[in-house]
Amino acid sequence: MDFINPQVVDLSRLQFALTALYHFMFVPLTLGLTFMLAAMETVYVVTGRKIYRDMAQFWGKLFGINFAIGVATGLTMEFEFGTNWSMYSHFFGDMFGTPLAIEGLMAFFMESTFVGLMFFGWDRLSKPGHLAITYLVALGSNLSALWILIANAGMNVPEGAHFDADTMRMQFDSFVHVVFSQDAQAKFVHTSVAGYVAASMFVMGISAFYLLRGQHRELAARSFRMAALFGIISSVAVITLGDVLGRMDYEKQPTKIAAIEGLWHTTKPPYEPWILAALPDDEKQVNHFEINIPYVLTPLITHSFNQPVIGMYELEEQAGPRIRSGIIALTALRRYGETHDKADLNLFNAHQDDMGFGFLATRHAPNQDVTNIPADQLDAVVKQTQPDILPNVFVTFWSFRFMVFLGGYFFAIFAVAALLSLKNRLEANPWLLKATMWSIPLPILATEFGWITAEAGRQPWTVFNKLPTFLSASGHSTGYMVFSLAGFALLYSVFIAAELYLMFRFARLGPEEHGTHHDETDALLSHFHGSHA
Amino acid sequence: METYALLKLIWTGILGVLFIGLGTMVGMDMGVGTLLRFVGRNDGERRTALNIIGPHWDGNQVWFILGGGAIFAAFPTLYGTSFSVFYVVMILLLFSMILRPVAFEYRSKADSRHWRASWDVTFLISGFVPMFVYGAAFGNILEGVGYHFTWTGQYVQDESFLSYLINPFAILCGLMSVALSVQQGGAMLMLRSENPIYGRARAYGSLGGFVAAALFVIGGFWIAHVPGFVLTSLSDPAMPANPLHGQTAAIRPGAWLGNYYAHPVLWLLPVLGTVCMVGEALLLRANRPALGWWLGVGAWAGTITTVGAAMFPFLMPSTTAPDQSITVWNGTGSLYGLSCMLVVAVIFVPIILSYTSWCYHVMRGRVRVQDVMNDSHSY
Repeated sequence: MDFINPQVVDLSRLQFALTALYHFMFVPLTLGLTFMLAAMETVYVVTGRKIYRDMAQFWGKLFGINFAIGVATGLTMEFEFGTNWSMYSHFFGDMFGTPLAIEGLMAFFMESTFVGLMFFGWDRLSKPGHLAITYLVALGSNLSALWILIANAGMNVPEGAHFDADTMRMQFDSFVHVVFSQDAQAKFVHTSVAGYVAASMFVMGISAFYLLRGQHRELAARSFRMAALFGIISSVAVITLGDVLGRMDYEKQPTKIAAIEGLWHTTKPPYEPWILAALPDDEKQVNHFEINIPYVLTPLITHSFNQPVIGMYELEEQAGPRIRSGIIALTALRRYGETHDKADLNLFNAHQDDMGFGFLATRHAPNQDVTNIPADQLDAVVKQTQPDILPNVFVTFWSFRFMVFLGGYFFAIFAVAALLSLKNRLEANPWLLKATMWSIPLPILATEFGWITAEAGRQPWTVFNKLPTFLSASGHSTGYMVFSLAGFALLYSVFIAAELYLMFRFARLGPEEHGTHHDETDALLSHFHGSHA
Repeated sequence: METYALLKLIWTGILGVLFIGLGTMVGMDMGVGTLLRFVGRNDGERRTALNIIGPHWDGNQVWFILGGGAIFAAFPTLYGTSFSVFYVVMILLLFSMILRPVAFEYRSKADSRHWRASWDVTFLISGFVPMFVYGAAFGNILEGVGYHFTWTGQYVQDESFLSYLINPFAILCGLMSVALSVQQGGAMLMLRSENPIYGRARAYGSLGGFVAAALFVIGGFWIAHVPGFVLTSLSDPAMPANPLHGQTAAIRPGAWLGNYYAHPVLWLLPVLGTVCMVGEALLLRANRPALGWWLGVGAWAGTITTVGAAMFPFLMPSTTAPDQSITVWNGTGSLYGLSCMLVVAVIFVPIILSYTSWCYHVMRGRVRVQDVMNDSHSY
């Protein structure tokens, strides 16, 4: 048998992470901007005021620059499971492929077909007709996120599928479980609303730039206000759903929640502190220093005052028997594949819940074969496998904290911005305008940290507790991986350079204004310019 | 026939329809991309050519994405194995594909001549390379691929990719696919442009049709001498989908024509393909691009079904472990998964086809150079 090359697995993971993170720099803006464009256009259609059409067209142009890369890098994602994760695709594709295919049929087709009309159809459609198209684009992009996150939830909480010994893979068995998985629903709202936060900050930041320079003041002030209100609602929703997701991890992914919170040992409620900052050491399995907030952890995670959160040390201990049982399962499964003997199948069925833990032992088994471990080496193999059940604690712990700290900051800045905007006091507070301008990249950064928290915390599995990551990868050579990684790095760098160049160019150029009425602008803004007040 | 076996057949049919849709719709845009520098001699003309497909390329491209998604869901083992054994080629395909959306959106947003000239070259690459790879992959699969499976279901590659890439039959298939796309792109340009773009598109489009027909016929004679595969035993068409058990297969010279000798009616498929290719070329010459475009759909349908009929039931034969070849019977998803996806497809495909046609209807009419140059929304 071919041995697993850890270097190739690492390079495959690196490539997937880089391409996914890169793709996810552009998606959040698309998710939120489409709805903001629809809102602006709605006001235009209802009131007939041209300024809102200018707004929709101007932000629509920036949307287009962003959208192109989102589409391009999304292509990579759809094919990368097949090109780099063959075993994963074989093992989980029957279930995982379904939401991806539905995403294409239901959402992406709609979004992509109508986006052409949205850009090109201004003069060919009636006002309500074009508005309907814009809403369909917004609906399409958000439905697209829904199906992708349903698929992602399947990796984290594999429900709606069972392992089948005859086909050697997880077989899809419940559409309802997959679609209405609580994890999927919470993830969808959390992630799409995080996109609205990103779009709000983007619109606010660029509007702030105009206000600071005294350009396009009416368009900027109206856009700013709309974005601030959209942003404050969205940031509250992000935080609420984030809390729901934490609770979900506590129930379904104990290793992830323990790593997120840096809990090496099971908590003793109710006095347990929440760790604000620490230096988790994955080797020695301790936190080197901790800044704690007393009493907070138990209610935060468990939504109760008396339930413990299991620590990583205890989780490792509990994994021992499961690894043993998983090795029995795989040995029986392999024999069943050769003999089709019912006795082997029954033995497998008795242990099949632990099968994934048996796979996990592959790396430490002699000749990487878990089905032929000599009895005298079994204990050693199990012992060596136990620590493998934990994700990288340092990465999970800190990416979570960066995300949370940024989330708190967004809530604060949106609250202040909404307040000052409603009171027409924006231009009197240039510090806020500057802060929002410089904050444009931060929500995107926060969503990236969110992805890292969720997916680094899922490790060592691609299908949680079922299939380890190191077995999921295609058996390419290092040379292939270097070739593809170098190509992606080169192309994606060119893309980001071109996109930033155009973004800055068009943001500086500003909107083409047709409908500005200076009296209105003054009413909206000039509170603090004595001459107008 | 058992439901599961029937579903496997239905999904094989749907896969064929997706390949035809991909060839027609994505191929058309790729053809325009390949032709861009030849039908447009100055910036205004090139922008006009781009804006003819401008409102539609993004929607069309979903055929490609959907092709990936549908293979993932309905043929998971085929998806994981084929994309991995063709790794370098697939990655080249992706690189060229992902350049295109960016090229559309960015090309005309800055005025520098170098900027625009670079994106024009990008259109050539991202039109030619994907269509070439698309055809060449079919050629490679017809010749068989060296791989086998371990007991866990992981594939192991037995041959280096270079032997797939550099091979005359695959190159012939790749060029044929490019020729078809040029023909379809030419037809679309003719539908919506005026002279001089119209005249050039007519010349290149009809040339594409004749070249495609010639290569198709040569490929047909060639395939008679390529070693083909034949299924020597099958336990049950409704068996659990697992490439490790349930079938045996053999390699025999000329075996790809076996289905044609067994069912002579199948010969109509290559005839349909050839007639459509030549017919479209003649119609373009006769200034009937609309009818020509629809014959282009027939050309793709004829090509894909010809290959499908030759290979059935093989999807990706293995040269090193023929028994483990991925076939219609051992490569699909589960009964539940296939049923589920069928319901979804039956609901959404008609909806997609109707709104796509509506979009073409809204954007109908000729695109003029001066309109493009004066419209701030255009590419």
